Amino acid sequence: MSDERRIVIVGAGPAGVRAAETLVAAGVKPIVIDENARWGGQIYRQPPANGGFERSKKTLYGFEAPKAEALHSTMAALLPHLDYRPDTLAWACEAGRLDTLHAGRELCVPFSHLIIASGATDRVLPVPGWTLPGVYTLGAAQVALKAQGCAIGRRVVLAGTGPLLYLVAYQYVKAGAQVVAVLDTSPFSQQIAAAPKLARLPGTFAKGLYYVGWLKTHGVRIERDVTLVGIRGVDGVQALEWRASREGSPTETIACDAVGVSFGLKPETQLADLAGCRFRFDATNRCWLPEVDPARRSSVRGLYLAGDGAGIAGADAAELAGRRAALALLDDLGIAHPRGAGMPDAASIERSLKRIAAFREGIETAFAPPANCASQWPDDMTVCRCEEIDAGTLRRCIRGGEANEINRLKALTRVGMGRCQGRMCGEAALTLLAEETGKPLDAVGRLRSQPPVKPIPLAPEMYADDLAEIPAEARDE
Amino acid sequence: MSNTLHYDVAIAGGGLVGSSAALALAKRGLRVGLFERRYCGAQASGVNYGGVRCQGRPVEQMPLAIRARRIWDRLPELIGIDGEFTVSGHLRLARSESDLAALQTWADMARDFGLHAQLVSGAAFRQRYPWLGPAAVGGSLCASDGHANPRLVSPAFARAARAAGADVREQTELTDIHHDGTRFQLRTGDLRISADWLINSAGAWANTVAGYFGETAPMKPIYPNMWVTEPLPLFITHNLGVYGGGIYARQVARGNCVIGGGRGHGDGEYGQPSTDTTRAVMRDACALLPALREALLIRTWSGVEGETPDSNPIIGASRTVPRLLHAFGFSGGGFLLAPGVGEVLADLVADGATVTPLDAFSIGRFAAVATSPVA
Repeated sequence: MSDERRIVIVGAGPAGVRAAETLVAAGVKPIVIDENARWGGQIYRQPPANGGFERSKKTLYGFEAPKAEALHSTMAALLPHLDYRPDTLAWACEAGRLDTLHAGRELCVPFSHLIIASGATDRVLPVPGWTLPGVYTLGAAQVALKAQGCAIGRRVVLAGTGPLLYLVAYQYVKAGAQVVAVLDTSPFSQQIAAAPKLARLPGTFAKGLYYVGWLKTHGVRIERDVTLVGIRGVDGVQALEWRASREGSPTETIACDAVGVSFGLKPETQLADLAGCRFRFDATNRCWLPEVDPARRSSVRGLYLAGDGAGIAGADAAELAGRRAALALLDDLGIAHPRGAGMPDAASIERSLKRIAAFREGIETAFAPPANCASQWPDDMTVCRCEEIDAGTLRRCIRGGEANEINRLKALTRVGMGRCQGRMCGEAALTLLAEETGKPLDAVGRLRSQPPVKPIPLAPEMYADDLAEIPAEARDE
Repeated sequence: MSNTLHYDVAIAGGGLVGSSAALALAKRGLRVGLFERRYCGAQASGVNYGGVRCQGRPVEQMPLAIRARRIWDRLPELIGIDGEFTVSGHLRLARSESDLAALQTWADMARDFGLHAQLVSGAAFRQRYPWLGPAAVGGSLCASDGHANPRLVSPAFARAARAAGADVREQTELTDIHHDGTRFQLRTGDLRISADWLINSAGAWANTVAGYFGETAPMKPIYPNMWVTEPLPLFITHNLGVYGGGIYARQVARGNCVIGGGRGHGDGEYGQPSTDTTRAVMRDACALLPALREALLIRTWSGVEGETPDSNPIIGASRTVPRLLHAFGFSGGGFLLAPGVGEVLADLVADGATVTPLDAFSIGRFAAVATSPVA
């Protein structure tokens, strides 16, 4: 490319697509890298292109069908104007370059400006029995339905907390699946307390209430303020045991063959970390997040962050933040903002994002992960699946005074060192460490990211390009 | 002043060298303070490849290496854990006849130190190592070598030092280091520290400590690049190296293959792996170990290490101030040596001398080179 400008967007969900749309409207042609096979992100995920069956957008996305349709058609119209690279994993980021993996092949993508819209994943906290076949995250349960058109089981219990709990239950029942119970660890009082903040977005709040009401009128059992005792089974899920959190409540067993369980969402921040972004602890998200200003600029020049990857705010906020990041990028290039229908200005975007942020605080209050849950984890429960590290091993290390910081705990026990690199177990390890040491989450450190973001194959295509020999002065033995 | 701590020996830097020195000195009954600005054994000592290898070392390192190697057999007794130390043998590979000749020369030298290395080549080599690619034509096996887990070994030395009576302080950075004519005076925060001896084992940051005494060594930071695969069926039976360097590999009991080679990036303070280096070493590793093809690489990492121009460490007395001992600049080869260096430093403090020859490691050797053009 003769142009020195190389604008790259990672992610083709709501944030990535709106960022791309804004840039293209201003005459800039970005490269859009997306891990998924089709655009839409997680929330507006499209089924496989040749899945053999068609479902309407209304079936797939319910109330959100118009937004999904708008986003999908926007991206479809943009295709001739950008360099779209689906099925492509951005696995590393160094100064001015991404390393990507597509069809087993490495491709280095240099950039002058980068918008990271990497999205979120489930916040996973273990429950005894969580490693049994048949246990999924709520996000995975939803993906199974949206992408593959199937449910995770015949008799499904959905558990944990977060708005997704009720949405997935609604979508499952609508699709004809049997949801035997919805078990929310958050007390209803917490949700009532958050109502004033939730009312900042009355439409979204009303939809949430509607799902709960709909589930009740369709006979789905909903229990709040519960403690998940454990998931039982031999070769797979056979039952879930729970009790009311109130002291002395009896344990009840629900027969089921699949469980969807998670505790809200967690931003995917690895690329921003590898890119060298400065992080701060965010009390609302209960995790370390890359710093970002109202215009979505990160602490690294030429690097912008949009969507849930920089803090959970939902799909509408992601669309806005994607637009805002693109406008900041245009400012930094000295290019005028695009004007016209569907192109909100920077100030109005920032006002909308502020309103959504207040709503988000309400959501995180209403559906906070259960306090002191780690104290209930039995010593023999696996915390880190990849490395098979149980809670007892972590406790012994912490109580022995050997680790009071997460990277130290990782070094000494291997927690978070396996295939998932802590994406799944990191939250649990941090929670346990904080509880055991009596420190707040922000005082036990942050798991440092190391490339690759996800495992990469040692396939010949990974190094088929003209890679230099290891230089003589670096040939250590 | 009442808030002054007194030690016989203060140690700056809680890596494996500082921690093993603290352990050896505490066992000799000395009052030891070990000061680490981050966490003990968390820098190069804790994130290195984990090779415990005498093979391939230059002749001047042999007495120290052999002394150090003996300590590795006593880890459970010394530090309470085995640190996953495995006497797997170290197989140093040859890619040509001339490499083989060089391996033979080394084996002849090592025999004088009582160390045995066995050369294998040709059909016998191929039959014994069917899992090696064709680029390797032979190798030298030093059966007494092995590998261990640095993440566990290095912090365990610090723990053992503490258990033996050393005052081990982490997240404690030393400042205002000087010698008042009688003793070393140091400070950390509001705390004053005095000591009769000072050991500079601050690794890649040791010039900061040496600088307080007008001394400096020509050392630059290096960032060895390493990575690890998912667990694979066990097939790499030895710790592997290649004559001439470029790649090294071992497989841990859990099945993960730990592979290093080349360099990452860094700013002197932190190291980061380099994707180009990682991929180049992936290529070389798959040529050497075809079973790795299509396996998954799950993590890459680097660390900050100090390298000297001759790749030998600096061990011994300062030239500017009495009772200051340096031990740094291990140039990527310190993991095996460090426990031995700890004992040597304890000899120097407690006995004023050591039986282990250190002449090649004097900080003065660089000064001589620097001044020669003037002379």
